[in-house]
This record gives sequence, structure tokens and C-alpha cells, in this order.
Amino acid sequence: MNPPAYNFAYLNEQTKRMIRRAILKAIAIPGYQVPFASREMPMPYGWGTGGVQVTAAVLTPDDTLKVIDQGADDTTNAVSIRKFFIKTAAVKTTERTEEASIIQTRHRIPEARLTENQILVFQVPIPEPLRFLEPRETETRKMHALEEYGVMHVKLYEDIAHYGQIATTYAYPAKVADRYVFDPSPIPKFDNPKLDNCPALQLFGAGREKRIYAIPPYTRVKSLDFEDHPFEIQTWDQPCALCGSRDSFLDEIVTDDRGGRLFVCSDTDFCARQRGEA
Amino acid sequence: MTPLLAAEGVTKSYGGRIGCSDVSMSLHAGEVLAIVGESGSGKTTLLRCLSGHLPVTAGKVRYTLRDGRHVSLDDLSEAERRLLMRTDWGFVHQDARDGLRMGVSAGANVGERMMAVGDRHYGRIRASAVDWLTRVEIPEDRIDDSPWSYSGGMRQRLQIARNLVTSPRLVFMDEPTGGLDVSVQARLLDLIRGLVRKLDLAAIVVTHDLAVARLLSTRMMVMQQGRVIETGLTDQVLEDPQAPYTQLLVSSVLQV
Amino acid sequence: MTPVVTITDLAKTFHLHQQGSIRIPVLAGFSAEIGAGEAVAVTGPSGRGKSSLLKLIYGSYRATGGAIRVWHDEDWVDVATAAPREVLAVRRRTIGYVTQFLRVIPRVPAEAVVAEPLLDRGIPQDTALERARHLLARLGIPQRLWHLSPMTFSGGEQQRVNIARGFAAAFPVLLLDEPTASLDSANRSRVLDLIEEARAAGSAIIAVFHDDTERRRACSREIALG
Ligand SMILES: [Zn+2]
Repeated sequence: MNPPAYNFAYLNEQTKRMIRRAILKAIAIPGYQVPFASREMPMPYGWGTGGVQVTAAVLTPDDTLKVIDQGADDTTNAVSIRKFFIKTAAVKTTERTEEASIIQTRHRIPEARLTENQILVFQVPIPEPLRFLEPRETETRKMHALEEYGVMHVKLYEDIAHYGQIATTYAYPAKVADRYVFDPSPIPKFDNPKLDNCPALQLFGAGREKRIYAIPPYTRVKSLDFEDHPFEIQTWDQPCALCGSRDSFLDEIVTDDRGGRLFVCSDTDFCARQRGEA
Repeated sequence: MTPLLAAEGVTKSYGGRIGCSDVSMSLHAGEVLAIVGESGSGKTTLLRCLSGHLPVTAGKVRYTLRDGRHVSLDDLSEAERRLLMRTDWGFVHQDARDGLRMGVSAGANVGERMMAVGDRHYGRIRASAVDWLTRVEIPEDRIDDSPWSYSGGMRQRLQIARNLVTSPRLVFMDEPTGGLDVSVQARLLDLIRGLVRKLDLAAIVVTHDLAVARLLSTRMMVMQQGRVIETGLTDQVLEDPQAPYTQLLVSSVLQV
Repeated sequence: MTPVVTITDLAKTFHLHQQGSIRIPVLAGFSAEIGAGEAVAVTGPSGRGKSSLLKLIYGSYRATGGAIRVWHDEDWVDVATAAPREVLAVRRRTIGYVTQFLRVIPRVPAEAVVAEPLLDRGIPQDTALERARHLLARLGIPQRLWHLSPMTFSGGEQQRVNIARGFAAAFPVLLLDEPTASLDSANRSRVLDLIEEARAAGSAIIAVFHDDTERRRACSREIALG
């Protein structure tokens, strides 16, 4: 038998312990961005190295891993990360949400209700929600510490002033456990309600920015809004063209070069299940 | 009567260099004090110490909070101090870019303090922004424009509106008309004078321009080399200056 | 006669550091007492400190020695030694001062300039403006000018605005520095009427007049300087 080319899940045990400590701290302080010594991974930053490190740190040989990108299991990014863990950890993988014990995701939360036995790992490009209005790191840290979040509403105010409504549709800021305002990563605001009171543990990893944060199971997550402009999710005029679902997030697909378009579920596993059951 | 703001022996040194030295003063509600002097006289350092932006090397700055407590600024937690700065105080910078959020609209600039203290009603925030823009003579239809598109005088008026929206009792101003054309300055000074009277604001105005001090303030402090060398009623200091340096300052202005 | 201003041994010397540190004595050992309802003319050769005396009483000049006691809020305040805040209170409620020239503030309308001392005392805006307009009318300022800044007014018009401002608040002590200097005879007469009315109402008036006839008509007594 050949010795493995890598330690289990690529990272050495010491590094994984360091990341786990950061994760534990993040769980203890929901929504708080915990700095961690992000490692170089054998893939570019834009590929979700933060999420990969978090997944590597929590992965066990018994886990079943699902990786999605924009809701789909078959995009280049998702396939690469899945292959990476097959190669370095030899874990089982799946495309079915309910079979997975760990789901690493970019840009979506699965439509199926998650369970207490699951961990959802988000890939985060920019963890700091205050960055938009305050570029200084020392200042944003102070603002979090003192709960000075008025500036977040300045951004929402700008949306309404310019577009007549809150035009932010992705990475929509929310408050975790009535304390920290956080950036849920570029998921559609459609998914924000799924963050709230979720039975699964939700972990967020930002590789380039060296931050980890978490939402423990059953934690309150409230999307920011105004009394007279309450938070709303996206809606569509038509159901999914493939499965007929009316309550899933739809992607627009161009079907031909004559302007033909279709709206279909972005969660490919959900869509397939709906069709199978139909 | 307890003063609104009081300084006792305020000293700020940077290494061996003195910023300001042993300054004591008091300011009551509704009073306007001008701190005058040339650049390097320590007036801006003093303003930054009085407004809690710079920690003092020695001495104390005390303030009477809205609940009546007269507290030393360094006994306040940082959270309390920052809350004070965006509710009961205002700070008007010489360069409006330092006092405005240049990346968001004029309306958002005015509304920010309301949102910072927890107002979550867009319509109400918007209405206040319109009201305050009107009060500083900015046309309502410029509310959604970026401050980048504003003239220097308008930016300065916007900065004032942004500060006054929470009805502060004390406003610090650092050369509020500096760098503006003379005609623009005159309009801004009238506006500030009118607002200060109407709102019964206390203000500390740092300026090198005695005309600004004369128009806005009732009392004056003259600084030279980090020290206060003369104080008094504004007309007293300007009409009957005592210290050699003040006499020079006043006579050189009168010759212009 | 109840004294309302008592000046004792007042001295004023200007020390001009920029002019070779020369000292210019203006007043020395000056004492006087002025009572309520009295109009006193300050006389003396020009350059002998008539205007300076008014500025000392108002607190614009700092006395070198002596006392200037003013009856203010049922108590004596020595303007020569009082803290700036006390002097401001005295100016708000007790001493009015009509300077030789109006200090014009751009964009503040004439009626607001006149009403300002009343507003400073907390008198409601409507009442203050009514009183201001009444005085402007009496002093012959046409109504169409009331809403304009005196900036564009003639010298005579500006001076009448200044006088209206001085008489608006019925100060117990009123300092007048050549109040009729730039006025025609009709307006001079109106100002002298105002002085007479203020006296009758109990104000103490300390005035500098250029013109002997006017001085004699307005004042019951003279105090000579120099
Ligand atoms: Zn579907």
C-alpha cells in the first residue's frame, strides 16, 4: 500500500487544529469575524480557498460531501473542489442535499430544508459588510465592537433614493443573534430567510481576507431593512420551466440565439427531485 | 451654573514638541467662542483635544451631558464618547471631504446621523434630509446628487446640515470658511450665524481670520506658540487688544 | 435721583506695543454719577476720550484702573472688572449702545437688525418685529426697505436703523455716540424726541453730541473731560 501523497484533507493536523479553534470561537460569538492564519491552497483565491480550508478542518472520513456553485453541482468550480477532496480525503461525495453531511457552497443555499446533522460551508470573497462605506480596517473593527451599524442603513437608503426600493439583491446584510451585522456572502437575498433559525451549522470562510465566521444552529438572523421598506425576497412571474416549482430561486437561461429564454431552478438537485417526484 | 464644556490645564505635546499648553476655558450653552491665531499656534490641536479627537497629555476636558452629568471626557467609555460626537456634538471640518461621506448622496449624508441613532423609517429620514438641505439653502432637487458634484460652498453647507440633524448642543468648527471665495465665505458665515442664533447652539470656532471671529463669536481666545495669550469679549480683543502679538494681529488685519 | 452708573477714579491708558511701546493716556482719575431719567452730555475737546468713555462703560475697552459700577438686575456690577459673561448679561438687559456707524451684516434685513436686542432678551418674534417696524417708521425708513439688508442703504438710513436698534429695547442705560451726526434736521428732531421719551421712561442717557444746540436740547447736565 502506498503512503498517501497528502495528509487527510490536504492540511496538516496542526493547521486544522488552528482552523478548528477559529471555528469554535466563531460559533461562540455568532456573526463575529474571527481572524485566522489562512494557508496557501493549491488553487487560486477566487476558487474559494477560505471555504476549502474550513471544509478540510471539519471533514472526517465518514462524511459525505456535496459541493455546489450557483446551486449546481456540475460547474467547474464545484467539480474541482469535489475532486480535490476525493483526492486528498477519499470521502464520499453526493449531489443530493439530504445525503450530504457537509455542503460547501458558493452563491446559494440549497432549497431543501437542512438538518441538524449537516454543516453548510460558505465561500466568502469579502467578509466585511462595512467595507462599502468604511475602508479602514481599524475603524470597521471598532464599529463592530461598539455596534455602530447606522452606516449599513446608509447603503440601503441610497438604494431606495436611487431605485425606489432596496436594490441590493446579493450579499444582503443581516444581523446575527441581535448583535453582529454580517455579510452572508454573495447568496441571493432570496436565501436570507434560510439563514434564520437554520437547524444546520453554517460556517463562512474567507481565504484572502483570512476571516472565519459562523451561525450556530437555530440562531436568529434578521435582514436589515426600513420600517417603511421592509425586507423582501425576489419573486418570479412564472414557475420553473422544468419542474414547475413556484418557490425556488430561478435562473434565467438563454436557450437559443433568437432570444428564447427559460427560467429554471438554480438548485439542480432540487429541480431533479421535484421532477422525479412529480 | 455649570458650563457646557470646560477645560482645565489642557496640554498636548508630541514627543518634545508642544501642541498646546496649559489651556483653561469654559463654554456655556449658546455661547460662541473663537480661537484665533496663525497656523502653528496650536489652535487646531486645542480644538481636537476639546472635541475628544486627540487624547490630552495633561489636564482635563469636561462636558455636561444631556442628563446633567458633568463628566471628564476620559471617564467616558469610547462608545459613550463616539455617541456624544454624533448626537450632542457636531464637527465642521475645513475640508468638507473630511467631514462628508463623499461616496453617497447628499441626502444620505444628512440622514446618516439619524440612522446611526436608530431611526429606521426611510420616509422620516428623507423628510428630515429635505428639511435640513432647505435650511442650509441647498435646493431640494440636489438631494440625490453626490457631494462630488457640489461646489465648495455647497459642500460646506451640506457638512453643516449633516451635523445639525441630531440637534447637537455644541458644534466645533475648524476654519469653516477656509479655502472658499470671499463671496461664498460671506454667505456661509451669515448662514452659520443665523443657525447658531436660531438653534441656540454653543460653538467653538477655530480661525485665523479675525473677520470670521468678529461675525460669529461673542468671546475670543488668542493663541501663540501653543499658549493662550489673551482672552475676552470679541469686541474687547479686537478694539482694545492688550498683548503685543494681538495688537500686531489686529493692526495687520486693519491695514488690509 | 437714583444713581444707575457710578464711575470712580477711572483711568485708561493705551499701551501700543507696535509703535515703540508708547503709552497714550486717555482718562485719569475720572469720576461721575448718572441717575435714572437723566441725560448727561460728555463734553471736551476732540481726542480727549469722549467715545473712549462710552466704550469703557460698554466694556469694549478695558479700564486701566478704577471702577464702572452699573445697576444691573438689582445689583451693582463693575464693568471694569466683571467677567466677559457678566458684561454680556449687562449688555443684554441693561446697557444699550448706539455707535457712530451701524455694523452691517450682509443678508440680515433691517427690521431683524432692529429687533435683535429684543429677541436676545427672549421677547417673542412677533412682538419684537412689531416694535422694530414701529421705530423704523418713526425714523422715516420707508417700508419697502424693512426687508432688505441695510448694506445698500445710504449713510443716513444706516444710522437711523442703528438708532432704532438702540432704542428698541428700552435699556435702563443708553450710550449714544454722536447719534445725529449724519442726519437731516427732520430726522435729528425725531431722534431728540426718542431721547426725551426714553428719559421720561426712566432711562439714564450718556451721550456725545457734536452740535451744541442739540446737546443742550437733549441733555440736562454736562460732564467735561480733559
Ligand atoms: Zn425546477
